[in-house]
Amino acid sequence: MRHIISMLMENEPGALSRIAGLFTARGYNIESLIVAPTEDASLSRMTLVTSGDEAIIEQITKQLNKLIDVVKLLDLSKGPHIEREMMLIKVRAERAHREEVMRLADIFGGKIVDVTNTSFVVELTGKSTKLDGFLDAVDDDLVVEVVRTGPSGIARGNRGLSI
Amino acid sequence: MELSGAEIVVQCMKDEGVEYVFGYPGGAVLHLYDAIFQQEELKHVLVRHEQGATHAADGYARSTGKPGVALVTSGPGATNAVTGIATAFMDSIPMVVLTGQVPSPFIGSDAFQEVDTIGITRPCVKHNFLIKRVEDIAETFRKAFYIATSGRPGPVVIDIPKDITDPNVKIPYEYPETVNMRSYNPSAKGHSGQIKRAVELMLSAKRPVFYTGGGVVLDNADRQLTDLVRELGFPITSTLMGLGAYPGTDPLFLGMLGMHGTYEANMAMHDTDVLIAIGARFDDRVTGQVAEFCPNAKIIHVDVDPSSISKNVLVHVPIVGPVGTVLSDMLKVVKEFKKDHNRKAAAKWWKQIEEWRSMHCLKYNQNSDQIKPQYAVETLYNVTEGDAFVASDVGQHQMFAAQFYKFDKPRRWINSGGLGTMGFGLPAAMGIQMAHPGADVAVVSGEASIQMCIQELATCRQYDLPIKIMLLNNGYMGMVRQWQEFFYEGRYSHSYVDALPDFVKLSESYGHVGMRIENPSDLEGAMKEAFSLKDRLVFMDVVVDPTENVYPMIEAGKGHNKMHLSPESELV
Repeated sequence: MRHIISMLMENEPGALSRIAGLFTARGYNIESLIVAPTEDASLSRMTLVTSGDEAIIEQITKQLNKLIDVVKLLDLSKGPHIEREMMLIKVRAERAHREEVMRLADIFGGKIVDVTNTSFVVELTGKSTKLDGFLDAVDDDLVVEVVRTGPSGIARGNRGLSI
Repeated sequence: MELSGAEIVVQCMKDEGVEYVFGYPGGAVLHLYDAIFQQEELKHVLVRHEQGATHAADGYARSTGKPGVALVTSGPGATNAVTGIATAFMDSIPMVVLTGQVPSPFIGSDAFQEVDTIGITRPCVKHNFLIKRVEDIAETFRKAFYIATSGRPGPVVIDIPKDITDPNVKIPYEYPETVNMRSYNPSAKGHSGQIKRAVELMLSAKRPVFYTGGGVVLDNADRQLTDLVRELGFPITSTLMGLGAYPGTDPLFLGMLGMHGTYEANMAMHDTDVLIAIGARFDDRVTGQVAEFCPNAKIIHVDVDPSSISKNVLVHVPIVGPVGTVLSDMLKVVKEFKKDHNRKAAAKWWKQIEEWRSMHCLKYNQNSDQIKPQYAVETLYNVTEGDAFVASDVGQHQMFAAQFYKFDKPRRWINSGGLGTMGFGLPAAMGIQMAHPGADVAVVSGEASIQMCIQELATCRQYDLPIKIMLLNNGYMGMVRQWQEFFYEGRYSHSYVDALPDFVKLSESYGHVGMRIENPSDLEGAMKEAFSLKDRLVFMDVVVDPTENVYPMIEAGKGHNKMHLSPESELV
């Protein structure tokens, strides 16, 4: 099963490699991983998507918690949460296809952020499944380049991750 | 007080109460060595190879419970230390390893003797630090020693670029009194509800057994363990790492369990209905086939490291906390309940265990005209009256020592259990002897293992360490040979140790006493003589039967009730 694990970690050099190293050393799977600073300069926030059965996810969270640089950890998928991923997609948009791409972008709530004679860049934000849906909807032959951030997320309501 | 970075490093160690630092100099640590030279309090022990430094620091730590300290230079100094760091990591030994690093401006330039020590050691340390400013040294040391010794202990590496120790840059020094880490808070106490649940389960058991490991030794919880086990009268078995935490000569003790554990211990594990695991981590050498491990048992597991719980085997009553306090809390609850457990069931269980015991699974041929390795260990046990520190290398001799030397005290049996590092024994013994100057320190080794760190015989000479080496010389990597006999139809691929040195001459050339013993009837006398030489290292090259195997043996991946038994044991 897919899990989104959100972590606050010390903003120290090497913290990221400790986490990445743990996953390779123990044979766990990383689907995506994003890190960025937080409002507190001493902390970074990482969102990591992994998959495994209950026992594996329990081990992953325990092993992550054991790392000295990990301050706090939350398995977002264990409760209600918002999940968002951003995608930039460059599509061929020559005369015949321009209308179709604009319509699709509109349906999916995307924005066209770059226009040339021959191409569009569409920016799309949403749950990963929605981005998958857009990719399915666009003719494969039109897709030039796809850049996805990987999901980030936040818990709803009182649940959350702060120190 | 204004000090240079190098002086601060030395002062930090003094403030941590470090007595000995085991090390080897080199370019990146020259400032540090100069600071060491200019003081007397902190004693430096010069080893002959950085692996020896880490094992010696490790042996010091294992035998005292205090953190061991090693100091090595950058590049090859650091990589040579990695085996010792990984050895300590696998057995959760508190250790602080200082590695020199090229000057900060050169980091990343492939400078002479540069290696990414932080990167290389990351997977085999509890934590590591790269110091970037002189001002950070004191706080880093405080944190490093705290991390190494608290919770589940482990090695911590501090990588120190040469410019940080510049003797010309002096700053005010103060060692931090407290350490505050928001991301590291090891558990201080077990959950009382879980402890109560565990005790209820224990008191309702019909066929209980304690399974204890190195965690009991690490937490100095031998007293608490012994009190609880004796109060309950339950049988107890121990892992290789836990030997000595409960007296090995006590009738409740079933001997070691696992791959080369006793018949009674493994059968009790297989048949138990309540398994009480204390400070043990369900290693594959203990569990064998996980699907067949304690098939009928409810499992209680006490461990200070939450990630040890339900890692390999699903447990029913997990208790996260320091072993010592949890054990004494358990004893209190047992006494409060005042409800005796099922005596009738206990009597039946013990009757069964005695039946297993009567098979004498460790029996060996006592009438051989060759020295049996088991006999050699028994003789060592008798001559040292069971009270020596015994450091071991890795292989058959290690298993024979674990089976036949009955450790009644913790921190007497010093071996590399997790990583299985050949070459560990001799340098570890140096650390032990340094920490316990008057004590009998024996190394049980083999002719293959000992050659992996043989150069440390020079260190022993330089510091007059009167270690007694008992080499069980069978001419083979015995354990490899045994597996080849059992599982590869006797194709002894590269397990014969050819071109052995004359160990007597070799030890003499290092300035030690050498003996070669070939006859069983000479062994006891020779060993007594060796141990009577209180101020000399004696190297006993004991020629043993090359065909002897370690029994009982559970093949890797088999259940506990499927043991290869010695031809000598009495089938019941």
